[in-house]
Amino acid sequence: MSLRGAAYIAGAWEHPTRKAPDKSIALLHAECAKGALADAGLTKDDVDGYFCAGDAPGGLGPLSMVDYMNLKCRHVDSTDVGGSSYQVAVGHAMEAIAAGHCNVALITLSGRPRSEGQATGTAPRPGNPAAPEMQFEYPYGPATANLYGMCAARHMYEYGTTSEQLAWIKVAASHHAQHNPHAMLRDVVTVEDVVNSPMVSTPLHRLDCCVISDGGGALILTKPEIAKSLKRPLVKVIGVGESPKHQAGGEIDLTYTAARWSGPPAWEMAGIKPSDIKYASIYDSFTITVLMQLEDLGFCKKGEGGKFVADGNLISGVGKLPFNTDGGGLCSNHPANRGGITKIIEAVRQLRGEAHPKVQVPNCDLAIAHGTGGALGTRHCGSTVILERE
Amino acid sequence: MAYVARKIPFVGTPDTNPETRPFFDGADAGKLMIRRCTSCKKVHHYPRELCPFCFGDCTWEQASGKAKIYTLSVMERASPPYAIGYVTLAEGPSVLTNFVDCDFKALKIGQDVKVVFVKTEDGGPSLPFFAPA
Repeated sequence: MSLRGAAYIAGAWEHPTRKAPDKSIALLHAECAKGALADAGLTKDDVDGYFCAGDAPGGLGPLSMVDYMNLKCRHVDSTDVGGSSYQVAVGHAMEAIAAGHCNVALITLSGRPRSEGQATGTAPRPGNPAAPEMQFEYPYGPATANLYGMCAARHMYEYGTTSEQLAWIKVAASHHAQHNPHAMLRDVVTVEDVVNSPMVSTPLHRLDCCVISDGGGALILTKPEIAKSLKRPLVKVIGVGESPKHQAGGEIDLTYTAARWSGPPAWEMAGIKPSDIKYASIYDSFTITVLMQLEDLGFCKKGEGGKFVADGNLISGVGKLPFNTDGGGLCSNHPANRGGITKIIEAVRQLRGEAHPKVQVPNCDLAIAHGTGGALGTRHCGSTVILERE
Repeated sequence: MAYVARKIPFVGTPDTNPETRPFFDGADAGKLMIRRCTSCKKVHHYPRELCPFCFGDCTWEQASGKAKIYTLSVMERASPPYAIGYVTLAEGPSVLTNFVDCDFKALKIGQDVKVVFVKTEDGGPSLPFFAPA
């Protein structure tokens, strides 16, 4: 049985804060939940399914947050695959709704790495001591930026991708961010600005990297009957896919991402192809992340991502594939170091016709929101959501 | 050698981890130890008791220490900068490492490298690093 259309995104809300030193992480989650419920026209008492990931405080999956928000749930899920967890949660929520395990699913993300002063991308982050790879990785200093730098270096070696081509991805994001009053970086930048910004970890420059921000977001998924009783435009989930990619016992290939595997089931469920997509939210922890995912999702051939993103092809109103029209992680925000949920929220805005008028895609009826969580250089999860305006 | 690797960030490992201890004992003795499956005969990394290709039982063997650079990235924001990368061993698998005894800017993907051993901080075990061959 296909799950196509088994759930709708009825509520979507992004926290406007980018720096929240005076709010707890739990409060940020709750504020996002309140915002998404108000957006949907539902109340806290309607929620009977809760979905979160590793950013939810407390350490036992959803337990602390359902307690804090005093939710009465009959279904919970806390699959944690980093920044891709929220696309995964959309798929899992759709499954739970289709199975009758819940009717109104709440998904939240929040965090405050900026207020906490995390050197998110440039310092190795020790993980769980029991992680079996730890002894063979941590002493070598795997920070986030160099794990993605290794992917960029190999992609350049195999396909001739250039720093200037990567820079176009940041340029496009900055063109969009200038219209987002909440974005951290609102200045339009040029290719020269990007390639002349300080090197962080070769070949990635400072402007190839996403921002570090506080904030969060939340989504409400519900079954078709409830969605159609609400007053919001109908945004139907028509395709989902998820897949992890890892080091495969040492058979390393860093030229592609897990999108190669999470994309096909989503396209098949949706019954559409990449050229049908009007708007794309693509996870943008770094410029190279976007380029590789676009290839792996089938928007262009493998190795041709550099040409595809160049010359403004990702700029709304200019190019063929408008992407991350809120400014994305590269310019707007990357709450909790996890950008998955904001990708979905901007796709919902586009499908509702509620994006900023300067970046709104005309007649936007089909959108994709793809997430990557973990690190492309070691192990990560790809998760794909395809949405349709009904 | 001036370069000292980061300490493995938890107490007691690898001493208390019998699954991986021969790897670190080998490194202390100047040997790069790898795992080969007794069933499918394939070599893997990082080392596991059960083969990640077929769940067969694995034996230890000494690798040649010869490898080629698969990819690398120089963390210029760090002080001092360091170069992380994957090298593909002559025996097959690619391993995460750092490069030492070289000019980072001269390192190239595809370049031949050889294993060298570096002590970790605070009396920790030695680890394999790579330098131009």
